[in-house]
Amino acid sequence: MIENLLNSANSLTATALPLAGFWFREAASENAGDVDFLFNAILWICVFFFVLIVAMMVVFTARYYARPGHSAEHTAHHNNALEATWSIIPLFIVMWIFGAGYWGYMNLRTPPDSAYEVQVIGKKWNWSFVYPNGYIDANLHVPIDEPVKLVMTSDDVIHSVFIPAFRVKMDVVPGRYSKVWFTANKMAPTDDGSGGEDMGGFDLFCTEYCGQQHSSMLAKVIVHESGTFQDWLVEASNWIDKTPPAVAGERLYKERGCAACHSIDGSTKAGPTWKGIYGTEEPLVSGESVTVDENYIRESILNPNAKVRAGFKPVMPSYQGQLKEREIDAIIWYIKSLSGEQAPDAWPDLPAEGEEGGEGEAPTDGEAAATDV
Amino acid sequence: MISQSREHTLLETIHNDPSRRVPVPQGPSYLTTPGAESIWDVVKSWAFTLDHKRIGVMYLVGIMTAFLLGGIMAGFVRMELWDGQPNLLGFLANDGEDPVTRAQDGYNQAFTLHGAIMTFLFIIPSIPGALGNIFLPMMLGAKDVAFPRMNLCSFYLWCFGALFFVGALFTTGLDTGWTFYTPYSTSTNTAVIAATMGVFILGFSSIFTGLNFVVTVNTMRPKGMTWFKMPLFLWGIYSTAIIQILATPVLAITLLLLIAERTLGIGVFDPSRGGDPVLYQHFFWFYSHPAVYIMILPGMAIISEVIPVFCRKHIFGYMFIAYSSVAIALLGFLVWGHHMFTSTESPMAAVIFSALTFSVSIPSAIKVFNWTATMYKGSIVLKTPMLYALSFLFLFTIGGLTGLFLGALSVDVHLHDTYFVVAHFHYVMMGGTLIAFLAGLHYWWPKMFGKMYNEFFASIACLLVFVGFNLTFFPQFILGTQGMPRRYAGYEPEFQSLHQMSTTGFVVLGCGLFLCLGVLIHSLLAGKKAPANPWGSGTLEWKACSPPTHHNFETTPWVGDPYVYDDFVYDPEIEGYVEVLPDLARGEVPAGAESEPSEA
Ligand code: HEM
Ligand SMILES: [Cu+2]
Repeated sequence: MIENLLNSANSLTATALPLAGFWFREAASENAGDVDFLFNAILWICVFFFVLIVAMMVVFTARYYARPGHSAEHTAHHNNALEATWSIIPLFIVMWIFGAGYWGYMNLRTPPDSAYEVQVIGKKWNWSFVYPNGYIDANLHVPIDEPVKLVMTSDDVIHSVFIPAFRVKMDVVPGRYSKVWFTANKMAPTDDGSGGEDMGGFDLFCTEYCGQQHSSMLAKVIVHESGTFQDWLVEASNWIDKTPPAVAGERLYKERGCAACHSIDGSTKAGPTWKGIYGTEEPLVSGESVTVDENYIRESILNPNAKVRAGFKPVMPSYQGQLKEREIDAIIWYIKSLSGEQAPDAWPDLPAEGEEGGEGEAPTDGEAAATDV
Repeated sequence: MISQSREHTLLETIHNDPSRRVPVPQGPSYLTTPGAESIWDVVKSWAFTLDHKRIGVMYLVGIMTAFLLGGIMAGFVRMELWDGQPNLLGFLANDGEDPVTRAQDGYNQAFTLHGAIMTFLFIIPSIPGALGNIFLPMMLGAKDVAFPRMNLCSFYLWCFGALFFVGALFTTGLDTGWTFYTPYSTSTNTAVIAATMGVFILGFSSIFTGLNFVVTVNTMRPKGMTWFKMPLFLWGIYSTAIIQILATPVLAITLLLLIAERTLGIGVFDPSRGGDPVLYQHFFWFYSHPAVYIMILPGMAIISEVIPVFCRKHIFGYMFIAYSSVAIALLGFLVWGHHMFTSTESPMAAVIFSALTFSVSIPSAIKVFNWTATMYKGSIVLKTPMLYALSFLFLFTIGGLTGLFLGALSVDVHLHDTYFVVAHFHYVMMGGTLIAFLAGLHYWWPKMFGKMYNEFFASIACLLVFVGFNLTFFPQFILGTQGMPRRYAGYEPEFQSLHQMSTTGFVVLGCGLFLCLGVLIHSLLAGKKAPANPWGSGTLEWKACSPPTHHNFETTPWVGDPYVYDDFVYDPEIEGYVEVLPDLARGEVPAGAESEPSEA
């Protein structure tokens, strides 16, 4: 008996709890509180008016429904005082809502000068987050409690960055730079803080429809505990040294846009497939032919139009300055592995520390540097 | 002052003195073709008809077909969203092998065609094209619209535009979303040109209808019907027509530019050629925001007719309802930027658009309050049209109020392009316009086809639609605030239960709509003959017989206040209302000619 009561009380609270907070995901940025507050304020205003209207409907229907012996009464056809009341009161209410929304929005669109800057490039259908030292990651990593500004552009169609936990969203438009900023103040509940591969993080969605795989254009936002962001960045920037060359090449193939034009399954896109080409002899537009070896691949990356394969247009952009020597090596290893070559498990000649550090200083937590890349 | 026995007295009067019944002229129905010798004659007489009622009926069949097609697409969308994995709609994709990307492709096509068909083929032409065409001239006591040939042309343009859409459907499909945003729409290889040509042609259909209605209302009002004695339906349709004429050309130009961009690469919207993709959004919403009022104003217009009739009470605040339609039509032109708060438009623009957006919400609120006030001390008859009108009040209130969240800048940043927006516009467009359309359809059905439908099953259908609608779309508000983006073929597991609720609701909604269709078709085959005035309405279309003759009226009917019901009495013998002629010999004045009661 008592047990039953307890059980039902338990299930009651279990259903009531989500009811209390079912509108939003937990907020994790400093501005989210204002947005949630305004949302809730509007919600209660709406509930008030909705209940008012529905109550009037119900009461009138119940009292004045047509039945024998009841007929409509002649009442006034209009009443200016009443009309004024129900125009002016809502007018003041919406003016207040407008003001509150305006205040929050201006705040959202004015990043503080000190904000740590991450560049964002959207393309069908993935995100590249470029950190001040040039390191590119497919996820967004940010330090906790520090303003972060995203400077965003698109390589193709319009995309949009939406981070529900931060309550921010901004379109990513080709041909211009858009900005959005936030200060993350919580780590994701799923984030174990290890910074490892399988860390959780907040969802980042593309919310401007961008074609076939729009719903797969996702990323995670990983908030780093205070003082650990720099270490992560340095560590991450050296990822290539710790990755077997062919595996590193595959990641670059996917993340740097090679995949848009080169297939690895033998099919022809805008450029030749990479499958099985290493070591072959291929005809060129000029009528000569070339052996696809390390030198030819390297040249094709840095100076693509020097030797264009027969049957293709000279459309590939040069990656001069965009890929480091080691990255080019990794890609070459990857292409070789697609022809069945055995790539080594590690880099044979690990370079001395600091080779990467040349460009862009990693910012220190606290006073973030907005470095141009 | 009316005593309780007034009805009784009126009933006795017409029984003792039949000459005091306002006569209803009888004649052959406009649905019949006298002298037709073969089925071919009948077909020809419909295909070349200039009768606004027949054109309206053809529109009705057309838009219902479009609605069915759009509904099937909605079914595909909801089925795919039953779980988070894109796995169902691969059969709609054009190419590709991977089952997931094929399903994503199929999903994108399904939601695009759903939106485009529902917007351009169904909701925009629905009320003006079908109900407006039939009842606008009749409410004016007129024989036809001002330009009957143009009216027929508008219908054929509609058919022609619809063909382009169906063509797109059966060739490469269409995957841009109904908004055709550049540069995606200029780069995808689906049938964008066919579809935009379709919308372009449909635009002309819409302009022709609008032009016709404006001229008709301006020039063909009968003697005695001043602007402020017009039924509110006419105010609503008139305001709509003005938007149609002024806004639609902008859409036409935008789509032409889009086509030129795709075929010639002229670089208006393409940033790699010096164009600006955001400019497209300004052009598009410059039309499409006013277009949402093209959709809702006619719905509001129907509600303004149905509520007073079924409350047996004069509409409350006539002038405010009339002026608010005009205010909405005009202010509606100034708020398009609220679709672009996160599009990188300047903060200054966003602030101005937000402020103006809130100003449009006031006239909508005024209407809702006035409709509700009309019920006060009425005698509320809960017949099907009124049930739909009450659903409308409930649903439109939710739709309008949720607009406030979206108009508020900082909150919209979070909600934009999520399911919250999807829920908002379904509450206003489906919960508003479609429900109002169904209210109007049931209200005027006896007049249009001369048949009564089964009241019981019609109200069950209304109930199912109401419940199904809320179950489908209310969960989407929560999905939206939780962050579920729109136009996603797959999603994370946490969204699943709300999506499943929504899909379940869709099934209930579909059952309701099919039941409604069944009831209406049944009435055509086996319904009781309808009296001329089954609900006791005061507007002029009810003074013709049911169904009307080709010329509607033999003589222009006498015009009174459209919302005074004192002279109508229910005659159980004909199961309809009879209008009682005032006994002029005894010095009575017709009720509508009295000055309004002045007490507050
Ligand atoms: C009180 C009145 C209303 C207000 C304040 C309002 C406000 C808004 C706002 C701000 C948006 C943009 C949301 C976004 O994309 O982030 C929006 C979207 C929309 N509204 Fe309303 N609205 C109102 C009534 C209506 C009505 C009456 C209709 C149509 C019958 C309507 C149809 C739509 C549609 C179709 C969209 C979305 C279009 C799209 O993105 O596909 N709204 N509304
Ligand atoms: Cu709008």
